[in-house]
This record gives sequence, structure tokens and C-alpha cells, in this order.
Amino acid sequence: MKTILSEQQIALTVKRLAHQVLENHLQLKDTVIIGIQPRGVFLSDKIVDELKQIVPPSSVQYGKLDITFYRDDIRKELHVANKTEIPFSIENKNVVLVDDVLWTGRTIRSALDALLDFGRPAKVELCVLIDRRFSREFPIQPDYVGRAIDTIVSQKVKVFWQERDDKECVDLI
Amino acid sequence: MKLSTKHLLGIKDLTKEDIQLILSTASNFKDVLQRPVKKVPSLRDVTIVNLFYENSTRTRISFELAEKRLSADTINFTASGSSAAKGETLLDTVNNILSMKVDMVVMRHSASGAPHFLAKHIPAAIVNAGDGINEHPTQALLDAFSMQEKFGSLEGLKVAIIGDIMHSRVALSNIYLLKKMGAEIIVAGPPTLIPKYITEALGVKVEYNLKKALQWCDVANVLRIQLERQNQPLFSSLREYNLSYGVSRKLLESLGKEITIMHPGPINRGVELDSDVADGPYSIVLNQVENGVAVRMAALYLLSPQTT
Repeated sequence: MKTILSEQQIALTVKRLAHQVLENHLQLKDTVIIGIQPRGVFLSDKIVDELKQIVPPSSVQYGKLDITFYRDDIRKELHVANKTEIPFSIENKNVVLVDDVLWTGRTIRSALDALLDFGRPAKVELCVLIDRRFSREFPIQPDYVGRAIDTIVSQKVKVFWQERDDKECVDLI
Repeated sequence: MKLSTKHLLGIKDLTKEDIQLILSTASNFKDVLQRPVKKVPSLRDVTIVNLFYENSTRTRISFELAEKRLSADTINFTASGSSAAKGETLLDTVNNILSMKVDMVVMRHSASGAPHFLAKHIPAAIVNAGDGINEHPTQALLDAFSMQEKFGSLEGLKVAIIGDIMHSRVALSNIYLLKKMGAEIIVAGPPTLIPKYITEALGVKVEYNLKKALQWCDVANVLRIQLERQNQPLFSSLREYNLSYGVSRKLLESLGKEITIMHPGPINRGVELDSDVADGPYSIVLNQVENGVAVRMAALYLLSPQTT
């Protein structure tokens, strides 16, 4: 087992990701942040907190998206659904999707389907804490990356969040 | 995350966890139904047949909408105008339909136990949409969902089930469900419409005085008088029934408390429920209908075929 990101590194990475999003979307004009349920939300919560330190909090539009009913593996396993909360229109907005780990790309594929049922965004970007570069199964690439790592299929990347696991780090198992 | 059963034949076979899972999933589907695109692709590879051997408006439309909102393909079968009228047996009909690659069966039948019989003989998942005087599980689930939505929890909730308990599959499914979820139940109605040993068999209290039952409860689930299932006269006239067991506005106002009124439909207006109660502020009848689609989506989604 190896720790890829420590608690301190996660905090720094979150700060950097928030700044990179702002760099591309000054004052977050026409830009919304949407975290993917359930695990992407831990990261998006932190990014949104960070953004609110820099720009007026009222200009940060933040939603959560559940993709359970859009998964492509429903015939293999049913997952517990979570709440989707998108209290604004995404029509013609720049959407920054946030998830913890990008690996096969299937979650993001489902998320795009789910997202498009809420309207037609001008642009969708992807922000992830960890990009597992190998074993992608769809042509999907992130726009903002916390840490890119090269792993083999048998390895596992586990993200721990303070709110849920009482510790915060990313481990490679 | 899975139900403990392969079919939804009755609430009797479900565990408390099953019921909680269906209700929480239904709440997610209710959110979906509030969106501009009220549809998810979950069951786009599933074909469902709705077999209705008995008349239905709400349940049939509700199931069909639920299936369409899940992107399933649906076919509808009604007994009249089908080969059932030529004498084809239930099993033959279903096997013929299944040979055309149908994955799930939603069935309503006038014979109690018909879906249970089918479950023993066919591989597809079966959802009971009402069998005779036995059970109507999705109705009980949508009733529970509506009560939970209104009161937050079913635990300790006081529910009066009123009217034709004897012939009501809604009553039986509701009793099973509410007991499992920790609610308190009184059944009320004329002695001829309440099964004799119901207290011993199901552990519910019986009250023959409507006003006392209403005074005790938080929710009154008023049932339809099922004249089509009554082979002999069990009360002298509908007018008399209305006078002793009809829920009227005047009666509700005399209680000194507010109670919530539910009815599974179709309503016999002026018999078990007066119009000004059915359409009044305490009635959640139309919420029940709305919630029905979400609850049926949850049941179908959770029972949909798994390949591994």
C-alpha cells in the first residue's frame, strides 16, 4: 500500500483545482459546478468552499447529480440511488463535472447522459482528484486533474474523506 | 442492494428492509418525475407485459406510465377481446407471450393466488397488480409512501382502515405493510364486512363505531364498497351504509382534530366518501395517484432481471 496524496496534499490540490477552474471561468460567469453522487460530492463540496473564498459566494452555482438510473451495468448490479439536486438551469451554461477518481470513464459517460436530461449546456468540463490513465474504456479525458497516476487493473485507488472515513488521504492498494 | 424476493406477489413476502428500499427508491423516482425530462434509461432493454384479467383504470395507467418512464417496452393485454375469451388457459397465454421474449409480467386477476400460481411455472419476474381479495402490494406501498411523505415516518402512526375489509385486497396489503413498519391499525366498518377472526389472525383492533375510529386515528384510509365481489347482501342499502359508515364533512368537523383522508379509488361518491371530503383539504387522494407512478417505477426497477 502506498499513499498517493496526504491530507495536506489533498488540501493544496483542491485549492489548485479551484484556481484552475477560475482561471478558465473568471468570476464563474455562466459557469456551474456539479458534483457526481455519492463520492464526487466530497471533492466538489471542498472545491465550492474554496471558490466561495475567492469570488462572491452568491456567484457560485452548485448542484449534485446522481447517475444510478443511467448506469450501464444495471443488469449486473443495482446500486442505491442518491439525491440529485440541481436547483438552477444548465441551459447554455458551462458545467464543470466533479468526481473523485476517473478510471474507465463509464461513470462520466452515465453522468453526461443524466446531465443532458436537464438541458443543453454550452460546454461540459471534467474535474477529478485522481486520473488513472490506463484502462480507459471510453474516449473521455479530464480538463482539471489533481494527480495523474499510472496503475494496473489489479491495483485499487481508495480515496478517504474526513467527513466519512475519519481520515483524509488517497491510497494505492 | 437487492430485494429479498424475485417477484412482488404480496407485502406478506417482503421484509421491512425490502419495504424501506422500495420506498426510498420511489422517492428518487419521484424526483425524476418533477424534471423536464421525466424519464430515465434504466430498463430500456426490458420488455414488460401488463396482463389485466380484471378492469382497472388507475393501476393500469400507472403501471404503464411507470414502465414508459423507465424506458421499458410495454405490451398491454386485457382479457376481453383476447384469446382468453376463447378458453385459453392463463398459463398458456402467459407462456405464449413469454416466448416472444418478454422479461416481466404485471398481472391483475380476479382469482386470489393467480400470480402465485404463475410464479411457480414461469421464469419471468411477476408483479401483482391485485389478485382477487388477496393482495394489492403496489397500492399498499404507494399508500405507505404517501403517509410517510405527509408524516415523516410510519412508526407509531395511527391508521384507521374503513369499510369493506372483507373483500378488500387493499386492506390486507395495507395491514401487512403497516404492521411491518410499526404503525398502529384499527379496522372499522359494519360487522358483516369485517372478517370474524381478523384480530387473532392479523393483530389489528376492530371498531364498529366509525366516529370512534376517526377520533383515534391520524389517517383514515377509506375503502370502496366492492359490490362486484359481494355475492349476498351484506348491508341493507347504499343509503344506509352512507348514513352509518360514510365519511362526511360534518362528521370530520365534529371530531375536534384534523385527520388525513385517503382512498385507493375508484370512489363511490356519496357512499363511503362524500364529495366535499374527497375533494376537501384533508384528502390526499390525488397525491396517492401521483405517488403511484414513482412507487411502481421503484418496484419494477428493483425487480428487473439481472444477468449474473
